Amino acid sequence: MQRREFIKITGMTALGVAAASSAVLPKDSQAAVDPGTDGDHTVATFCELCFWKCGVLAHVKDGKVTKIVGNPDHPLSRGALCPRGTGGTGLLYDPDRLKKPMIRVGERGQQKFKEVEWGEALDYVAAKLKDIAAKHGPESVAMFAHGFGGSFFKHLLNAYGSDNVGAPSYAQCRGAREVGFQLTFGTALGSPEVIDLENSRAIALIGSHLGENMHNTQVQEFAKAIERGAQLIVVDPRFSTAAGKARHWLPIKPGTDMALLLAWIHVMLNEGLYDRDYIEKYAVGLEQLKAHVADKTPEWASLETGLEASQIVDSIRVLAGARPAALLHPGRHTAWYGDDAQRARAMAIVNALLGSYGRRGGIYYPTKLGVPKYAGIPDYPHKFKPTPDKPKGKVYPFADESLAHGLRDASIPGTADYDIKAWLVYGTNLIQALPEPKKTIEAIQHLDLLVAVDVLPAEIVGYADVILPEATYLERWDDVVVTPYKEQYIAIRQAAVKPLYDSKPGWWIAKELANRLGLGAYFPWNDAAEMVKARLAAGKFDVDAVLKQGVALGARKPVFIEDGAPAVFATPSKKIELFSQQLADAGLDPLPKYTPPDEPGAGQFRLLMGRTPTHTFGRTTNNRFLSEVYSDNELWLNAQVARELGLENGTQVRVVNQDGVKSNALRLKATQRIRHDCVFMVHGYGHSAAGLNFAKGRGADDAALVTRIKVDPLFGGTGMSVNFVAIERA
Amino acid sequence: MNREKRYVMVVDTRLCVGCKACVLACKAENNTPDGFCRDWIVEDIWGLFPNLRAEIRSERCNHCSNAPCVDACPTGASHKVDGGIVLVDHDLCTGCKACIASCPYDARYVHPDGYVDKCTFCAHRVADGKTTACVAICPTKTLHFGDANDPQSEVAQLLASRRHKVLHPETGCEPNLYFLT
Amino acid sequence: MLPTLLEQTTTRVNAEIDPALHIWGWEIAVYLFLGGLVAGLLILSALLLWRPREQPPSRILQFAPLVALALLSLGMGALFLDLAYKLHVFRFYTAFRPTSPMSWGAWILVLIYPVAALSGLVALGPDARAWLLKKLPLGKVLAWAEGKRQALLGATLAGGVGLGIYTGLLLGTLTARIQWNTAVLGPLFLTSGLSSGAAFLLLFKLDEVDRHRLVRWDMLALVVEAVLIGAMLLGFANAGAAGQLAAEALLGGAWTASFWSLVVVMGIAVPLLLEGIEIKKHLPLVAVTPTLVLLGGLALRAVLLAAGQDSGFRMLP
Repeated sequence: MQRREFIKITGMTALGVAAASSAVLPKDSQAAVDPGTDGDHTVATFCELCFWKCGVLAHVKDGKVTKIVGNPDHPLSRGALCPRGTGGTGLLYDPDRLKKPMIRVGERGQQKFKEVEWGEALDYVAAKLKDIAAKHGPESVAMFAHGFGGSFFKHLLNAYGSDNVGAPSYAQCRGAREVGFQLTFGTALGSPEVIDLENSRAIALIGSHLGENMHNTQVQEFAKAIERGAQLIVVDPRFSTAAGKARHWLPIKPGTDMALLLAWIHVMLNEGLYDRDYIEKYAVGLEQLKAHVADKTPEWASLETGLEASQIVDSIRVLAGARPAALLHPGRHTAWYGDDAQRARAMAIVNALLGSYGRRGGIYYPTKLGVPKYAGIPDYPHKFKPTPDKPKGKVYPFADESLAHGLRDASIPGTADYDIKAWLVYGTNLIQALPEPKKTIEAIQHLDLLVAVDVLPAEIVGYADVILPEATYLERWDDVVVTPYKEQYIAIRQAAVKPLYDSKPGWWIAKELANRLGLGAYFPWNDAAEMVKARLAAGKFDVDAVLKQGVALGARKPVFIEDGAPAVFATPSKKIELFSQQLADAGLDPLPKYTPPDEPGAGQFRLLMGRTPTHTFGRTTNNRFLSEVYSDNELWLNAQVARELGLENGTQVRVVNQDGVKSNALRLKATQRIRHDCVFMVHGYGHSAAGLNFAKGRGADDAALVTRIKVDPLFGGTGMSVNFVAIERA
Repeated sequence: MNREKRYVMVVDTRLCVGCKACVLACKAENNTPDGFCRDWIVEDIWGLFPNLRAEIRSERCNHCSNAPCVDACPTGASHKVDGGIVLVDHDLCTGCKACIASCPYDARYVHPDGYVDKCTFCAHRVADGKTTACVAICPTKTLHFGDANDPQSEVAQLLASRRHKVLHPETGCEPNLYFLT
Repeated sequence: MLPTLLEQTTTRVNAEIDPALHIWGWEIAVYLFLGGLVAGLLILSALLLWRPREQPPSRILQFAPLVALALLSLGMGALFLDLAYKLHVFRFYTAFRPTSPMSWGAWILVLIYPVAALSGLVALGPDARAWLLKKLPLGKVLAWAEGKRQALLGATLAGGVGLGIYTGLLLGTLTARIQWNTAVLGPLFLTSGLSSGAAFLLLFKLDEVDRHRLVRWDMLALVVEAVLIGAMLLGFANAGAAGQLAAEALLGGAWTASFWSLVVVMGIAVPLLLEGIEIKKHLPLVAVTPTLVLLGGLALRAVLLAAGQDSGFRMLP
């Protein structure tokens, strides 16, 4: 520093300051170079890098999308975006995109196709569908979907005669939570979850890694709560980003959350930390609950969970101290151990005791705007056959969506009530999204038809008979989106640019197929834009304003009991059911019970998976723009354990599961941030599809290691964190 | 009164989740070439399991008041403009890299076109009265940008009311990137 | 007490910066070495040519300033090769930035050319002059330069000193690199330049007086170098965490082996020993000693250039 100063001073003196600053110095150029990424216009639409549906503004310049920013008028984005939202260009301009319709020429899975024109591809699919309907009935066609554009295909399939539509986002993801909360409060939580994080004074997360899981609005509110001084309790075997912000981090032994929850309930009831008035007024089953948890002391839970009893007591006191503006976050991906709906029940019960359901800073009663249907669409003429999404004779009494893996299993002949003979797969990579991928591949071999509608050549597309390349969300219109939320709003998706290559919008593909199937009457409009505008006009919206802003807001409605929202509980008792008679009647535990988890064998670790902020599972791992900041997943392993195994941070390793399935090589992250008995990796890596030139071979695929599941008896969900792996040097 | 501006960025490490939206928004806004970034996320972990502490920071050029890069530059390519923003004039840059070596924060890189490049505090946006791309995108409101010499500004008030630090004050560079802790 | 920082992760992966700075390679090491060598040559030749002689000086001394210019051109060529924006090289000469050693260097280099060229003419012996005048019409210039002999040699000396100091300051002012953040670096590079210059001249045939002087000056320079290196390490010892990091690189880190073997032992200790023996025993000169000194000088630049780039503030808590 002194030398820099010295030379500065000597330099200036030597020259004379005046001389220095006049003749010999160059111009001081003021203006910064404008990188020129502002569009000549912007298009207001909503994002599909994940399924949260944030409003974005796409900047378009000379027919190209230059950048994507948050739409300040949209209630879910509030002008800001998560990292993925900026990455739409990486999807739109992905060189690996599906560019033309293709029909399979090799064996299924060989990934050999010939390019065809749309007419031929659609004729082929329609002919097959007619044939299948005639031979097996239309209900033997199942659809798997993830993404808003799937609505046109669901409509098509319903018109065709099947309601067998499954999404892995249910039984493999948020289903357990929906079932647990529905049983307790009468309503599922949906997406966006109807939680008022921003007003919470204390928040507890169990295995929910907000901040790494980047649902925009939720993380915005999470940060706002922290800014306002909310107390944070994070229960996670991993020192997650959220744990780094927490007052209490409870590094729980995986699989023992239920013990913690029962102990929390025990403390709340014992110490009178619960909302007596609220429970008295709105809940049933307190006495049974008291008896049920009488022996579930913190000391007992301490032995099960590996947590200190004092930690268990302190954390629930902090949470309960802030009630009713206290929230035990219900979680989202909850398909862990097979007793997940019951765990969600326990979480719902904690929230009930906090008095947070229907309260500010807790769980709110959502409100939504109505948009009339497009006039003249006929009703579906059929009564749908019950879905065969479970093994013959099996009953999952509380499933209220189809089970995607169950529809898959029904494709293996003779195992379900009737066989599924054809799949229409929209935007979901079933090879990675469903557990037991071997079973998925086996099921595919029995199909008469597999049609994949997608943007990128994911693994499942490689198994398709016909590939229909869809336009990305930036190139197409979709239906109006109506979201139950704390503010009333509707939003639209409109094309920012024309479809690249020979890709087509989903609505066009569905409509063309409908025409060929004699179902044209179900698609009476010319295009989706016309349909959307007609619906908006019918709903007395200012169509031009909606097109400009991408969104229309409704009047404010009360969403909290204290503001006048009615305290409604759609359970059989019309009350919060701490004790669930429904479960008792179904022969299931009416109060959640703790079952100790299986222990890993010697040298084995429980395999946990999760998210990274920049990616939406395997859907975005080929996105080169997003991969600029995260391109390969890592295996998190406790640093002490790594030392004992002689593995250094950064070493390439493979994991081998209990059934001998070995992963791709991935980098070891030897870290203090995880317990000794589990390992963690980000989901969605280790792609093998030939066409994913960027993602192929990067990192390891956790789904391939999920060769075992534990099935939830309440709704058939698949607990997937029940696999154990050993680690070896790659 | 014609008060001199001092643009600063204030990063609230308590709120930052390290999502990298700032990094990607910057790349999109500034058309930064593949393999380069003008801002980035650093995650520090202290302690031993289970007694851990974390700090996440969104980092970038500190637009130092006593900028070593401006001093080191032989051609005047690196220079200061209104508000203390440090810019690189591409036309004057020889790519000698003295500025890169002079920067304690390693905020600069050689653009594939040959000139040295870095964060501009989105001076082209600031000139239009907008905030920076990273601040605009940030979902957690971790980032704040403004004139620290204006006592009414958000940044001045945050610095007046919250505990904060700069990185490596010992360099004497007087950095203008503040971290609330 | 604060727990220690155990894990740091960053998303930044900028080419030539991450994981460690590596912007400057062999080109800059060669440039710094040749710059130091040329500085030494200019200083020493000016000093040796200062005294009036009865006989023309040895051939290498006659040509020393011109040889220095040739080596300087090589060095500048290496510098040019390192520029990322070669088309903009002229920008060095559309500005003078008094705070920038790089700018000082650029201007010193062009100032040295005419001065050293004229000194070179003055230094030439009668044979060489006659030959040159046959080829080029430089009679007037030569006559003018001859009249200003002392002034020109003085300017050459000054240019050499300036150049020598500059090569040291160039890195020494980049205080962001902890390894370079030492006041010793400038004098060290200047001294090393002097010993390199002497060694270079010692590779050629010299008269006895000049040779003896050069050997003694070289020894003196090497001793001073050793002292300065010692001072540098002591300085690090008193400079807290940063100094510790800087010292570690040379005392127990990535650059320890090359620093001690190439710079200290090969480049300083062995030549000192050999020169001492040569003087004591009146042994005939061999090319080995000066070659070792020159290689040591190159190694000094290369090692410190690399170690410095490896030592940023990011490595400190």
